[in-house]
Formats: sequence, C-alpha cells, structure tokens
Amino acid sequence: MSDAFSMVGLLSAVGVLTALGVGFGALLGAVNERFKGDDSSLVEQIDALLPQTQCGQCGYPGCRPYAEAINQGDALNKCPPGGESTITALADLLGRAPEPLDGEATDEALVAFIREDECIGCTKCIQACPVDAIIGAAKQMHTVIEDECTGCDLCLDPCPVDCIDMLPRRTPLEQWQPVTRPPLVIASDRHPKETPHGSHI
Amino acid sequence: MNELFVILVSTALVNNFVLVQFLGLCPFMGVSNKLESAMGMSLATTFVLTLASAASFVVYHGLLVPLDVTYLRTISFIVVIAAVVQFTDIMVRQLSPLLHRVLGIFLPLITTNCAVLGVALLSLNRELDFLSTTLYGLGAAVGFSLVLVLFAAMRERLAAADVPSPFKGAAIAMITASLMSLAFMGFSGLVQG
Repeated sequence: MSDAFSMVGLLSAVGVLTALGVGFGALLGAVNERFKGDDSSLVEQIDALLPQTQCGQCGYPGCRPYAEAINQGDALNKCPPGGESTITALADLLGRAPEPLDGEATDEALVAFIREDECIGCTKCIQACPVDAIIGAAKQMHTVIEDECTGCDLCLDPCPVDCIDMLPRRTPLEQWQPVTRPPLVIASDRHPKETPHGSHI
Repeated sequence: MNELFVILVSTALVNNFVLVQFLGLCPFMGVSNKLESAMGMSLATTFVLTLASAASFVVYHGLLVPLDVTYLRTISFIVVIAAVVQFTDIMVRQLSPLLHRVLGIFLPLITTNCAVLGVALLSLNRELDFLSTTLYGLGAAVGFSLVLVLFAAMRERLAAADVPSPFKGAAIAMITASLMSLAFMGFSGLVQG
C-alpha cells in the first residue's frame, strides 16, 4: 500500500491534468475571443433572398426580422411577394424541404388593379406601396405598374373609396412555360399509380 | 517516404477504422442520411482527427512521458480531443454558419467519436514518430470520410428505392454497411502491416 502510494506521483498526475485543462481552456478562450462567433452572416444571406418589400405579410415587421425568425427555425413559406421562387431559394440555402406558400389558397399570383374612374387621387395607396408600383399624383388618377406589383395587397386598406381590386395576374406570352415532366432517375421514382402491378408503395 | 505512403494507405483502406476496426460507427450511421451533411461531417472529422492525433502525440511525449504519468493517457487524450473539437466548432461557426447548422449536435459529438480516441491510442501502441502519427490520423480520417460519403450516397439512393417493408429504414442501412465492410475486406492483401 505504502510503496504504491507516492506523493510525487499523485501531485504530478493532478498537476498534469490541471495544466492540460487550464492550458486548453485558455487557448480556446483566446480563439473564441479572436473569432467572435456571430450568427448574423446567415441572417444576411436569408435577408438577401427575401424580396425586401417590407410588406409585413409574414407577421413580422419587415424582411430583416423575418430573416432572423427563419434563422431561429420559423417556416419558410410566409412570404407571398417572394412566392414559390423565394421559398425554393431559401430551402436550398438552409437545406430544408420547400413547403407550399402559406395562407389562403392563392394558387395564382395576384396583381392590384385601380378602377381609375373611381379613384379620387388621394395618394394614400402610393404611400402604402412597398415597391413603388403605383404611379399618380395628388388629385390625379393613379394606376398600378403591373410588372412591379407583388400582389401584397397593402394598398387595399388605405384606399378611402375602395377602388382597388386584386385580380389574377396575366401571364405574358414570353413567360409561358411548356408543361414538362421531370425525367425518371430510377425506376422506383415512378408514381405509385403507374406501377404495372397496382399501387404497392 | 515509401513507409509514410504505406501508413496512409493501410489506415485509409486496409485497416479502415469504420469498416474493418468498427470504430466511429455512431457518426457513420447517424450523419449518413444526407450526402451534403456527410461531406461536412467528413471534413470536420478529418480536421479533428489529424489535429488531435498530432496534439496527442505532443502531449504524450512532451508531458506524460517526462513526468512518468503515462497511465493518464486516455483521460489526457480525451481532454485534447475535446479542446480540438471545440476549436473546430468555433472555426466552422465562423467560416460556414450554414454547415454549423446542418451538422448541429454531431459537431460536438465528434468528441465521443471513438475513432478519434482510437487513433490516438493505437498510434501509441505502434510507437510511431510524430510525422507518422499525423499521417496515421490523416489516413484514418481519409478512410472515415471515404466510407461516410460512399455510405451517404448509397443511403440517398436507398431512400428512393422500393425496399421491402421488413427491411425499411435502419435494417437496410445495417445490411448495406455490412456489405460495405465485406467489400473492404478485399483490401486486406494490399499492404502488409
């Protein structure tokens, strides 16, 4: 018992472990101080993908707060002005699955339309528009630039005479897309309905 | 020079830590669901393994041997590995916040990857010098990365394949891993040692 126990051995063992712990702790503390980790760069990247309309339809006061919320794990599909392409881009960036757009079933993109003979030229919708898609002047008839409008419907509430409608957006001829099917990568990618022996998937 | 190359090849392929020595199976099964995160995990583990085996060598021969406390090697190596992992965590968070998010809990869990500790302890048993130890760690990391990426690619295909229902999920993954292990035994005659 007594020859197995040695004060020097005990002290050197304790000393070595203490030195290792303190040494590596100090090193890590210095490194952490040097490269101060901040989550903000990912928020920047998310923010850059959002349309910057600051429309608030996601339930946050603007695009930047929504980017921070996405970074904290909020859903990607709350941005109607961004539409499907923004959701896909966000899903790509974050490695998450893209989800269909949230909210009421707006299958088609909408665009604001001002019934021009009812417009009194109050300019309130111009001030509300986040993307400057409404042109007009005081006491002059206003109209919407269809290409600029994101369909955010923020102009509806301020209008005192309710002369703004949300209409389905017309697809210009040059944006028409032929209906294509994705190529089949492997045989089991096929839809269950198409398997020869009935649906067993 | 030739000897160093033999060390690299023999640890990466012949004595592959995952498929032949069965170390580090936890991240092998855990992070192989997506190819992208498997690649990130491979890079992080490569960094940690190489750095940790070099640092372990320095700690063992610079601190434990002179003070005659070599019996503390396991706990000291764990401290070294934990510090290297923490360092990697800070660097990854700085360089790629996205990868940091994708890897999530698996990054700190490299600490408990037994391949990392296994490399440090096994290279001691083989009484390698500093350069060989580092290459031993690098070879182990290359082997780990290789099988992790291969396995993740296979599992991505398996996820879309029409697997019979008793074999779905973990079962087919285990079978695939064992078949890969069998395949890697084909390397056994490649290098002696």
